[in-house]
Amino acid sequence: MSDSILNVSRRGFLQGIVSTGALILSVRMVPEFLWAAETSVGTHADRAALHPSLFVGIDTDGTVYLVAARSEMGTTSRTSVPLILADELDADWKRVKLEQAIGDKRYGDQDTDGSHSVRDGFAIMREAGATARLMLTQAAAQKWGVPVSECESDLHVIVHRRTKRKAGYGELAAAAAKLPVPKKEDLQFKPSSAWRYIGKGATSYDLADICTGKAGFGMDAHLEGMVFASVEHPPVLGGKVKSYDEKAPLQVKGVKQTIPIKPFTPPHHFQPLGGVAVIADNTWAAFQGRKKLNVSWDNGANASYNSDEYKKELQETARKPGKVARNIGDVDAVFAKGGKTMEAEYYLPHLAHATMEPPVAMADFRDGKVTIWAPTQSPQAVQETVAQELGIPPENVVCHVSLLGGGFGRKSKPDYAAEAAILSKAVGKPVKVVWSREDDIKFGYYHAVSAMYMKAALDEKGMPTAWLQRSVFPPIGSTFALNTTYGDGGDLGQGWIDLPFDIPNHRAENGPAENHVRIGWLRSVANIYHCFAAQSFANELAHASGRDSVEYLLELIGPARIIDVKATAPDYDNYDGSPAEFPLDTARMRRVVQLAAEKAGWGKRNLGKGSGMGIAVHRSFLTYVATVVEVEVDDKGEVKIPSVHTAVDAGIVVNPEATRAQFEGAAVFGTSIVRSGAITAKNGVIEQSNFNDYPVARMNEAPYKTTVHIVDSDAPPAGVGEPGVPPFAPAVCNAIFAATGKRIRELPLSRNPLTA
Amino acid sequence: MQIKVNGVERSYDGDPNLPLLWYVRDVLGLTGTKFGCGMALCGACTVHQDGKAIRSCVTSVSAAVGKEITTIEAVSKNGLHPVQEKWIEFNVPQCGYCQTGQIMQAISLLKDKPKPSDEDIDAGMAGNICRCGTYQRIRAAIKAAAGENA
Repeated sequence: MSDSILNVSRRGFLQGIVSTGALILSVRMVPEFLWAAETSVGTHADRAALHPSLFVGIDTDGTVYLVAARSEMGTTSRTSVPLILADELDADWKRVKLEQAIGDKRYGDQDTDGSHSVRDGFAIMREAGATARLMLTQAAAQKWGVPVSECESDLHVIVHRRTKRKAGYGELAAAAAKLPVPKKEDLQFKPSSAWRYIGKGATSYDLADICTGKAGFGMDAHLEGMVFASVEHPPVLGGKVKSYDEKAPLQVKGVKQTIPIKPFTPPHHFQPLGGVAVIADNTWAAFQGRKKLNVSWDNGANASYNSDEYKKELQETARKPGKVARNIGDVDAVFAKGGKTMEAEYYLPHLAHATMEPPVAMADFRDGKVTIWAPTQSPQAVQETVAQELGIPPENVVCHVSLLGGGFGRKSKPDYAAEAAILSKAVGKPVKVVWSREDDIKFGYYHAVSAMYMKAALDEKGMPTAWLQRSVFPPIGSTFALNTTYGDGGDLGQGWIDLPFDIPNHRAENGPAENHVRIGWLRSVANIYHCFAAQSFANELAHASGRDSVEYLLELIGPARIIDVKATAPDYDNYDGSPAEFPLDTARMRRVVQLAAEKAGWGKRNLGKGSGMGIAVHRSFLTYVATVVEVEVDDKGEVKIPSVHTAVDAGIVVNPEATRAQFEGAAVFGTSIVRSGAITAKNGVIEQSNFNDYPVARMNEAPYKTTVHIVDSDAPPAGVGEPGVPPFAPAVCNAIFAATGKRIRELPLSRNPLTA
Repeated sequence: MQIKVNGVERSYDGDPNLPLLWYVRDVLGLTGTKFGCGMALCGACTVHQDGKAIRSCVTSVSAAVGKEITTIEAVSKNGLHPVQEKWIEFNVPQCGYCQTGQIMQAISLLKDKPKPSDEDIDAGMAGNICRCGTYQRIRAAIKAAAGENA
């Protein structure tokens, strides 16, 4: 494959390449409008010959090489996306070898985030598979001198139906490579009834390697002559080194040198935080050396950040009118009439990702070029960030993607990879930068802290005639542009300006908030706080009206219909999905509510004292999820979760088993949010540091059993990695209310105990 | 000093306080044992010392002198350990980073409690964090390895 030349057509979506003895196809994932900006295609193409850069290659021995261009962090993207191609190709999955793509624009968007890997890959993979299959079919027809229409694929072979002759893919690969690449309109796709893998799934390609310790995570990267680095970061965002002890760290056995890293230029974006690195011949020595640096810091303006005061500011802001992001009817007119109203405020703190593998990266800089090995959700962001830091062109940055020991959005931000590159350049050797757990917790890109204010006017049945909601949070945009204090369509489109309720008067607002730490995406992002407020408040209204929570929720959602969100919320982006393909369909939302309730035995089971059930529903990443949680609360206020039922409509589900696992995991991730997740700052310094003061759910605290019910659907595939998280926390808190009569409006429970 | 890892004894003359974790990872290149917290809070670094699970991130190399240390790479002499087989059968891992530690802990637990109750499993496994949240499958795999229906 290394001597093939990629002929990139600017018009064609698919390109075929002839190389010696093998058929290779590549598919661009770049939307047409981005192509003009890509001026260096030729150069990329020449360089690509040295690296895996194509989605499928079939060797003469019948081995099918599939390229995974998305990262593996536990969601099975690396397996599930190529599996679609294998299905359409009619390839035997046992004869498939996966190759992980380096960062390369030719793959288009390689960001493994936003729960969109299968959604993006579905059509593209099928097109690539169908193209390869047609070429193999044509080659077989030519070989036998029969019409193509008489030939068809079976598992890894082409069959001539009439004469029952068979030829294997390997046998046909060389002949097929000589044929012109068929046009898209000539492709025939398998009917869904013929799918082999889609809807049945496959276990992770890396399963056995993971269980035997052979799997390659970023932490495991190794090069001969490599040294290890650990970086002392400014304790306050934007802080600068005043002075430090260069000599003392060298007293630690194994420490070789110290290297300052310059502070970032605001906005911080993905730039390293700056500080001082200690280089050593093992990781631990580098950690120990840092303790002797004795850095004196200039902390800067963010030293004023105190979470307790900031919370009050956010709450004050939420009580005042904000920027209107969606409006239906006139809530003020309804409120002015008087009558029954209800108000509530909700507050959620910052969260840290706490991936089990902390940020880590290895870099090898030589001759003006750098090769990076990193657990990254965005190898192209690594290229861009490192290029910027080193002042070299992005094409001189090669980014290999290892397995990720958890991502959750943290590893979309490659500051740690840039550190490795800077240090390798400075040291003149390969460098592996390892963040300690303390570094990870103290120097994250935190999930935004948020305050929400809600007000509703109720009719005599207890249904809202007006619903006003305001949310305030330091936006993710502050990471990329200075003075960004309002959320954008992306932030607000996550469960705020797409409230799917049938209410004649509704207004969604957003108030301003300044960031004092780095704010970033964390699994399901703004949906976490928006869903918490909306689904908690809906439940408060149900109870206030003496209504059953499920029945009330269904009435709130209203009749089956398509909601044109953009008509009332101009900035709504529908997760970049077209409204035609991915409409907000309340029929699907109602169905998951009904399914979750039915499976949980809602209203049919006799729960004991201190037990209760709660429900919440949410659409995020174009997937509809309803979760029913059962809780048991003891006299000490300790909450146990014996059972969770989650109903999911994610459209076509490629990998059901992996999907169930994602929703089981989301319940545990949600449990951490409910029980203990809180990052706080004092004088700009993050107060938490490790799993002792930033606890995440352990086995004895996690839900005992989560059952996932997948709705059979032929809608286009939507997300599965994130959508399980948002409804979990409000479902738990609604269950706690049912069990105890105590309403939780602030999380986590560790800071807002039930006994208080 | 002499350190015995996976049946092979090697001499070591570096810092005696070096945690065993970094000895097996950075010195021996046995990377199946993972770094997660450095404070015995997460269990990702679990190895066996004389057949029992310990946290290698807080065990110094010198403390391992005279002991048999086993890492995930050598936990089974032939093919897969029965616990690894169940991990695969129940499709336990998501990202997989913590799973070698989980498996080492589970093997040790099953030695102590061949038929563990739910409470035994909670007590035995609570020190091993999985941020992806695979606990339910871990529990099922342990029960299956113990010959019970999950």
